[in-house]
Amino acid sequence: MQGYIYPNEFELQWGLLIVLYPYVTGLVAGAFILASLERVFNVKEVQPTYRLALLTALAFLLVAPLPLLGHLGHPERSYEIFLTPNRQSAMAMFGFVYAWYLAVVLLLEVWFEWRKDMVLWARQSTGVRRWIYTALTLGATDLSERALRFDDKAGRWITIIGIPSAFLLHGYVGFIFGSVKANPWWSSVLMPVVFLFSAIVSGIALVLILYMVTSLIRARPIDMRCLDKLATFLFYAIIVDVSLEALDFIHRLYESEESIEILAQMVESRLFISLIVLQLVLGTLVPLLLLGFFSPALRTTGRSRGSEELRRLVYLLGALLVEVGIFSIRWNVVVGGQLFSKSLRGLTVYKVELLGQEGLAMAAALLALPFFILWGLVTLLPPWPEAAPSESAAAPPAAPGAPAAPAVR
Amino acid sequence: MPDERRAAGADAAPPQGPPLDRRQFVQFALAACGTATPVLVALTRLPAARAQEATAAAGAYDPTEHLYGMGIDISRCIGCGRCVAACKAENDVPLDAHHFNTWVERYTITADGGVTVESPNGGMDGFPEPEADGTLRRTFFVPKLCNHCANAPCVQVCPVGATFTSPDGVVLVDEQYCIGCRYCIQACPYGVRWFHPTKRVAAKCTLCYHRLVKGKVPACVEVCPTGARIFGEVEHGATPLSRFLRFNDVQVLKPHLNTRPKVYYASLDGEVR
Amino acid sequence: MRIPDQVPRLAIVFVVAVLALVAARSLLVPATFGDFGHYRAAAIDSIAHREVRFAGRQECEECHDDIGAERVSGNHRGLTCEVCHGPAESHVEDPFNVLPEPADQQRRLCPLCHQYNPSRPTGFPQIDPVAHNPLKPCVSCHDPHAPVPPQVPEECSACHGSIARQKSLSHHANLPCTTCHTVPQQHKVTPRAVRASKPAERTFCAQCHDAVKPRIEDAPQIDLQSHYPRDLCWQCHYPHFPET
Repeated sequence: MQGYIYPNEFELQWGLLIVLYPYVTGLVAGAFILASLERVFNVKEVQPTYRLALLTALAFLLVAPLPLLGHLGHPERSYEIFLTPNRQSAMAMFGFVYAWYLAVVLLLEVWFEWRKDMVLWARQSTGVRRWIYTALTLGATDLSERALRFDDKAGRWITIIGIPSAFLLHGYVGFIFGSVKANPWWSSVLMPVVFLFSAIVSGIALVLILYMVTSLIRARPIDMRCLDKLATFLFYAIIVDVSLEALDFIHRLYESEESIEILAQMVESRLFISLIVLQLVLGTLVPLLLLGFFSPALRTTGRSRGSEELRRLVYLLGALLVEVGIFSIRWNVVVGGQLFSKSLRGLTVYKVELLGQEGLAMAAALLALPFFILWGLVTLLPPWPEAAPSESAAAPPAAPGAPAAPAVR
Repeated sequence: MPDERRAAGADAAPPQGPPLDRRQFVQFALAACGTATPVLVALTRLPAARAQEATAAAGAYDPTEHLYGMGIDISRCIGCGRCVAACKAENDVPLDAHHFNTWVERYTITADGGVTVESPNGGMDGFPEPEADGTLRRTFFVPKLCNHCANAPCVQVCPVGATFTSPDGVVLVDEQYCIGCRYCIQACPYGVRWFHPTKRVAAKCTLCYHRLVKGKVPACVEVCPTGARIFGEVEHGATPLSRFLRFNDVQVLKPHLNTRPKVYYASLDGEVR
Repeated sequence: MRIPDQVPRLAIVFVVAVLALVAARSLLVPATFGDFGHYRAAAIDSIAHREVRFAGRQECEECHDDIGAERVSGNHRGLTCEVCHGPAESHVEDPFNVLPEPADQQRRLCPLCHQYNPSRPTGFPQIDPVAHNPLKPCVSCHDPHAPVPPQVPEECSACHGSIARQKSLSHHANLPCTTCHTVPQQHKVTPRAVRASKPAERTFCAQCHDAVKPRIEDAPQIDLQSHYPRDLCWQCHYPHFPET
C-alpha cells in the first residue's frame, strides 16, 4: 500500500467472482447477438453457427448467477432481490432482466427452434429419452405447415425482442458500474456502451472458437465462408470496441480531472500487465493485426489471404487472444476501480487467493462449468446438421382417421 | 434457412387435439385474468396491511420528532483517538486495523505544498509526531465518520432495501436482511462502510442509534475531551449543533457529489478529501 | 382463425410461474417491510435495542456527585469519566457487583492527549513525556478530576510547544516570548478568556530591524519608509520562524 487510503479500503470488496460475472453475461449477450445476425439480419454465411450460438448462450446464462451467489455474504437471502427489489438500484434489476432473458428470450427461442426436432426425436427414441423429449415439447406435437411457420415466425420475433434484451442484460451491468458517482474510474456515461461492445466481441470470438473446436471433435469440415465471415464480424466489432475505449481514454486525459493523477499511477503500476500488455497489446492490437491482415474484412474483393489452414490457425489464435483481452477489460474495470483510494491519495493491492470462496480454483471451475453444460445441451439437443432427426418419422403414429402419407423431403 | 429445413408438405399430418378457436382462447384468457386479478391484489396487499405494532412498542421515543446531524470542529481535535476506541467498544467493531465506523486522519502540509495523510490504526492509539517539523506549513487532525447523507448513494444502490434512512435521519443497515453484495460499500464516496468479517453483512456508523433512542449522545461525542464533536438536531430545537451551525463557517465533504451530508466541518482545510 | 397449440401450452407454463412468484412474495416478504419506506421497519427496533456500553457522565454524576462538583469548573470539565475509567453502563446497572476498570495510574493514559504533537491545535497543554518528570505517575502531581499544574508554567512552551520549537530553530531563538507579547498572569489560568497581546504596528519590528535606527547590528535591516510601507511586517514574515 502506498500513499493514503481510507482505513476501510484496505480489503477489496469485489474480487475475482465479480470479474467473472460480466465476462459470462457478456459472452451470453455476444453469442446471442451473433445468432441474431443470421436470424434477423439474414447473414446467411454464419448459419452453421446459429444453433450452436444459441446453446452456447444458454449454457453460459445458466452459469451466470453462480459467481454472484458465490460472492454474496448471504446467498441464502438472495431471493430477496425478487421479493423487495429497490427500484432505484441498478443491481435490483438483475433478477428481472435475468429471468426475462432466460425465460422469454433464450428458453423460448431454443424451444421454438428445436420443437420440431424434439417432436421427431421423441417419436424415434425410447425409454427415458423419449420421455424427456416429450416433456420438453410440452405436448405441442403439431408439425403441420401452419405450426412450423408459426415456430419460425415466433423465433424471428423473439430474436428481434432478444436483441434489445441482450443489450439490457449486459448493459445494465455496465450501468451498475457507470452510475457509481463515488468512483471516478467507473463513473462514466460510456460504461454501459463499452461493456456491451466488448461483450459482442467476446461472444463472436467464443462462437468462433467453439465452432472450430466442435468441428474438430466431430471430424467435420469447417465451412470457411462461415469462418471468414465470423472473423470479419469479429474484426469490425473490435474496431468499434477499441474506438469507444479510445474515446474514453482521450476524454479522461483531456478533461484531466482531479482523479487523473492517482489513476495514471494505478495504470502504470498496478494495472500495467493487465491493461497495457493483456488488454491493449495482446487482447486488441495483435488480434486486430491478425484479423485485419488475414480475414476478408479489409479487402474490397471480400477474399481472404493465406491458405485455409493458416487462416484457421490465425483466427483461432486471434479469438483466444481476444477472450483474454476481454477478460482483462473486466478485471481492469472491477479490480482497477478498487485499487485506488477514494481519497485519491493512495493505492492498495488485490491479493487473489488460490483456494477459498473467491479463489482462482473457484473461478476456474465456474468458467469450465458452462462448457460441461454445453456438452450436455449438445447431447440432448444436437445443433449439428448430421444429427437432425430423420424426416420419415414426421408422420405421427397411426391415428384414427388420419391420412397415411408421411411427409418426405 | 428455416424454409429449407421445414417440411415442404402441404401433406403434413393434421394437428393433434381439438382446434382452439381464437375467440375461445380470448374468452379463456379474460376469464383467467378476471379471476387472477383480485387474488393477486389480495395477496400483494397482505404485507402492507399488517399493523405497525412492533415499532410503536419501542416506547416514548418518536423518530419523526428528530433529525440528527453532527458537527466537527477541526480546530479543537487533538487526535487523541478516544472516539475511535469508544466507538469500537460501544458497537462491537472488530479490533483490527481495517474496520472502522469512525477514524481520525492527520494531514501534514509542508512549506512546498506537499500533503501527507496518515491514519495509523485509524488514529486509535494516537499519532506520532509528523516528520519534517521544520518545514511544516499546516498540520491538523480530521475525524471522519458516516455522514448520514440526506441523499445517500448507499441507500440508492442497495438492491433489496437492507440499508435505509430512518425517519430521524440516520442511515442504518438491517443486518437480518442484508445479502452482503457490498454495492453500498462501493457506492459510498467517503469510505465509511465496511464488510463485517463474521456476520458477512455491510456495517457502518449507526450514530449510536441505540443510545439516541435513550436520550444519550453517540459514544464518540460522549468521550471527546475537547468538544470537537458536536451532536444535535439539524432542523429544530436548541441543541449544541444549532449553535455550532450558527457560529461557524461549515463545510461538508465532497459537496460536488450532492450527497447532502449531515456532518458539518468547521475550519475544514481544502486539502481534506 | 386458429391459435397454434404452442401458444396456450406456453401460456400455461408462464402463468403458473408468475402465480408461483406472486404467492411466494406474499408469503416471504417480511411483515413490517414498507411501513416507513423501502425497508423492514422492525430493523429499527433491533438496532434500537442493542446493548449500551458507555453510561454517559450524567449517570456517573448521579451517584458520584462529589467528584462531579470537583470537575465542573476544572480543566477536565469537558472530559467524560468513562474516557479514563472505561465504559461503565454495566456498573450503572449493577453498581455494587460490577466495578469499572481502575483508571491507569502510570503514564499510559495521559500522554494520549498531552504528549507534544505539532498537529494538535496551538494552546493545548502539552508536555514531552521523556523530559517531563520521567517515570513519575502523572497523578502524583496532577489531580485528574481538576488538573492544575503544581506550579504555574513559566515557559509559554508548556502550551505553545509547536511555536516554541519552531522559534528555537530560528534567529529569534534567544528572544523570550515576552519580547513581543504582553502576557497577563490570568492568561495562564483562563487562556481563552484572557489572551496575550500582539504587536500592532510596523514600528514594533523596526525597533530592531530599521536601517535608520537599528538596535541590533546583526539583525537584517530594511528601510521602514520604503519597504512595503502599506503592509504590516508579519503579513509576510512569520515572526516565530522568519527564515521560512
